[in-house]
Amino acid sequence: MSFDPAITLFSCHYTSQQSCAEEGNELEQLGFPSSIRLVRVPCTGKLQVTTLLQAFEDGADGVYVVGCPADGCHNVKGSVRAAKRVAAVRAALEELGVEGGRVEMYHLPRGLHPEFVEKGKEMDGRIRDLGPSPF
Amino acid sequence: MIVAERKPMAEIIGMVKDCKKVLVLACRGCVTVCSAGGEREAEILSSLIRLGMKKEGKSVETTIGSLVRQCDREYIDEIDQWKGQYDAVVSTACGVGVNFISNLRKDTMVYPALNTTFFGGSSEQGEWTEQCAGCGDCILHLTGGLCPVARCAKSLMNGPCGGSVDGKCEIAKDVECVWQSIHDRLCSFDRSAQMEVITPIRDWSTAGHGGPRKTVRDDLTV
Repeated sequence: MSFDPAITLFSCHYTSQQSCAEEGNELEQLGFPSSIRLVRVPCTGKLQVTTLLQAFEDGADGVYVVGCPADGCHNVKGSVRAAKRVAAVRAALEELGVEGGRVEMYHLPRGLHPEFVEKGKEMDGRIRDLGPSPF
Repeated sequence: MIVAERKPMAEIIGMVKDCKKVLVLACRGCVTVCSAGGEREAEILSSLIRLGMKKEGKSVETTIGSLVRQCDREYIDEIDQWKGQYDAVVSTACGVGVNFISNLRKDTMVYPALNTTFFGGSSEQGEWTEQCAGCGDCILHLTGGLCPVARCAKSLMNGPCGGSVDGKCEIAKDVECVWQSIHDRLCSFDRSAQMEVITPIRDWSTAGHGGPRKTVRDDLTV
């Protein structure tokens, strides 16, 4: 069954810089999925488990986080902390009998890079395969 | 501190499946320090309860509260501020807190969100290890300050046993043999002769084998 997913992306200020390029139109021009709602945060290390869970409560079918490379975070360990919290949410979803793949962490280079769009497409495809959130 | 960890969500959802309103009650004592049942964990648990119930096709309203401790009468009274806002309390305190609420609030159903595991300390960030068994008859002055009751897999009083290899216990390669550690520590204080002293058969009645324990301080009762 095909459906239009709602995906929430929390991305750090540094890895989502291209969202600002061309007055915000560049991502769309590069084919970034329209199903993804981008929330920019100063550092993914500030994200709490509750923030990610709230996104599911607010209706997201999938949630993912994009932060700096694990060994090159602008704030030293921010993206590593984020990855730990994403893992905690994944474990909690699985405890509730929900696919852990509905939440993901990506470490990407800062600035303008095609991987940012590729991972968006990857997440969009994954959530379309999984179907609507059971919540 | 008392160390605990959250129960599996399926178990918690099973407890509250018939509730419409739940008070998730955090404890700002030991379980906050060991990141199992403080205010942050209560917020996470509330969200997971709402999500879990929604997945089951049910809705539940959650309120988050917290008490300074759930192991003192005066703090339990503060539950009154949430009166009428819950069908049941899900306590993120240790088992003491759940018992205290049950003892003192006859009309309140309270469920445990945690499995209370042991008395321990934080050996490194995010890791806690058992240090004390609360056995009621401390022998740490004889064992270099290291507890064989809590930290020896067999709770041996005269160790080490034959399963001690290279300072590790036979149950797992990452578990220290506390009797090796006791030996090494006594030696460092030139007290290795203590290892030769045979500890007699122990009276375990103080360890709870004689029934629930109680301490009364006459000087504090008025």
